[in-house]
Amino acid sequence: MATHAAHAHTDHAHDDHDHKPHGFVNRWLFSTNHKDIGTMYLIFALAMFFVGGAMAMVIRAELFQPGLQFVHPEFFNQMTTMHALIMIFGAVMPAFVGLANWMIPLQIGAPDMALPRMNNWSFWLLPFAFTLLLSTLFMDSGAPAGGWTMYPPLSLQMGHNIAFLIFAVHLMGISSIMGAINIIATILNMRAPGVDLLKMPLFTWTWLITAFLLIAVMPVLAGAVTMLLTDRFFDTSFFNAAGGGDPVMFQHVFWFFGHPEVYIMILPAFGIVSEIIPTFARKPLFGYQAMVYAVASIAFLSFIVWAHHMFTVGMPLGGELYFMYATMLIAVPTGVKVFNWVSTMWKSSMTFETPMLFALAFVILFTIGGFSGLMLAIVPVDFQYHDTYFVVAHFHYVLVTGAVFGIIAGAYYWLPKWTGHMYNERLGKIHFWSSTISVNVLFFPQHFLGLAGMPRRIPDYNVAFADFNMISSIGGFWFGLTQLLFAYIVWQTVRGGAKATANVWEGAHGLEWTVPSPAPFHTFETPPVITNDMLAHGDVTH
Amino acid sequence: MTIQDRKRANSRTLRRLLIAAGGSFLFAFALAPAYRIACEKVFGIKLEEGAVASDKVGGYAVDESRTVTVQFDTGVSSGLPWQFAPKVVSMQVHPGEPAEALFTATNTGLGALVGQAVPSIAPNTASIYFNKTECFCFTEQKLDAGETREMPVRFVVDPALPEGVNTLTLSYTFYLNDIATQKLADNSAG
Repeated sequence: MATHAAHAHTDHAHDDHDHKPHGFVNRWLFSTNHKDIGTMYLIFALAMFFVGGAMAMVIRAELFQPGLQFVHPEFFNQMTTMHALIMIFGAVMPAFVGLANWMIPLQIGAPDMALPRMNNWSFWLLPFAFTLLLSTLFMDSGAPAGGWTMYPPLSLQMGHNIAFLIFAVHLMGISSIMGAINIIATILNMRAPGVDLLKMPLFTWTWLITAFLLIAVMPVLAGAVTMLLTDRFFDTSFFNAAGGGDPVMFQHVFWFFGHPEVYIMILPAFGIVSEIIPTFARKPLFGYQAMVYAVASIAFLSFIVWAHHMFTVGMPLGGELYFMYATMLIAVPTGVKVFNWVSTMWKSSMTFETPMLFALAFVILFTIGGFSGLMLAIVPVDFQYHDTYFVVAHFHYVLVTGAVFGIIAGAYYWLPKWTGHMYNERLGKIHFWSSTISVNVLFFPQHFLGLAGMPRRIPDYNVAFADFNMISSIGGFWFGLTQLLFAYIVWQTVRGGAKATANVWEGAHGLEWTVPSPAPFHTFETPPVITNDMLAHGDVTH
Repeated sequence: MTIQDRKRANSRTLRRLLIAAGGSFLFAFALAPAYRIACEKVFGIKLEEGAVASDKVGGYAVDESRTVTVQFDTGVSSGLPWQFAPKVVSMQVHPGEPAEALFTATNTGLGALVGQAVPSIAPNTASIYFNKTECFCFTEQKLDAGETREMPVRFVVDPALPEGVNTLTLSYTFYLNDIATQKLADNSAG
């Protein structure tokens, strides 16, 4: 008994000191620890979320009333372009990589990521990439204003800011590719004995598939922007019609990257939600293997549907029909996922803590975004919806109430594991309800605006659109302010709060819940002995 | 798995995935020729709008039972201070019958400029049935400041044009040929 107590004591002392590197520079700049790097990714993503959000506030302020009120139209276009680039590459993607860094080694019983030094490099490229991108705001030519899709010839008619954008995209791409390689190597080589591939948590699974998507398509984006660069500065004519090139080809190459990219931004959220719902429903995930195969099917289909983003370029009829049907096919595996989440909750003992609330809102609101996506997939009506606010409403439902809600749900779910403290549940619920109501006030009217014909990326509009725009802007300011509450809740939880237990949630299963809260600096340095009941999906009969 | 095994496995995975990423980067550039091949061989969209030999179109039988409307559309790139318009906005032709359309271009700029017209046909799948035997778009066009010129295009619509296609749009965009313009300025200065 005495020996046991002494042993426990040493363990405790070990947890407190943790062999953390001393000094700020050693701890953070030279970090090779997956938890510290994950934390840096998450803080960076949150900061970028507010930078991109501030730009969205400028957009909604200008659109509050018809006419030009606050900003020059050219600056408005810079805001729409930069908002998209920062939210996609600066907020959503780094947030998912941060969650992957923190959670994947914990979920598979690995001591760290497979390639820790490369992990450091992946993160530290990002501040440089975004300094480069944001610096264009202070240049004579202003920031890129031709849309985040960088379509030529428009993107090549701007000033030299396009070069900064292209190099920033190169850096982000290298960062993402290295992050993806690290995640694949970790999952394939670093699993503790007993964690079979088909017993891994869904979050790990979705990230494995996402990482393969990243490696396949980020280099294609890098290639596409490199061709833009040589067209602009070195007299090539890949996309320059005057020299025999074809600007439509850029759209094909871009969306060959762009469509898998939208799944890169949603699959990890599927994984997070697939972890949270079973925990708070206190039931194993319904159809675990079907969920894995559904994610793999979605990933495969994402490569063969790209041209549905460009139905109006004048494709042959056969092409339009093919891309329409192939796109609709994606609804099948996505439907499998939605029905499995619902089935998991069927006749379960649910409780509604903040992560579960966000996960439930995700299921409902992402599905709305999926339905408007199906509407956009229908070629004859897409000719009307194309480049209207209907498209804006669609992709904000899948990216804000989809990806961002998934990230927020994951943050609440794992925050006690990261900090050792419970967040303030009352504030969390206020954050949830305020976000969910305001986000619908913000984006739902945009469906109507789009159907009525309001084009996107325009600072002024017909007075007929005034009322819905005002409602949308009010929702926008409300949603933006609400996210400051989220930052406050996170800060408050880091500072203190009720002590979290190792398991945190009553119904939580999986290896990450077997380590103490906060998770010690080093975990699973010797591979854990694993029994199936320790794993979230250890029982393969489910 | 020992630590050594793991390290070896990790560097093997790293190597393979770096090769995959490199291959994917090259694939992006391979899409450029692949796009042309797909357009021309699979979808029958002609991208190269070169001259068609007159012995090919000379063999066409004129199909007087059918009339096709050919519309003309013009545009000028923002870098070129020219006015450019068709003489008539559309004309009726029989498939197989040679026809000529005239366009007028005026240089409203302050100096001599060399322009290059780039054609395109809509619907794009009909482009292989539209044969230009002579066109101002085959060569560089030089206009002095204030000069106006009529530019002809001679064409024959292939009688094999699919039944459903009754209207063709021939569109031209004039671009500034900055290299030739620069050469011109250098010569006159020298």
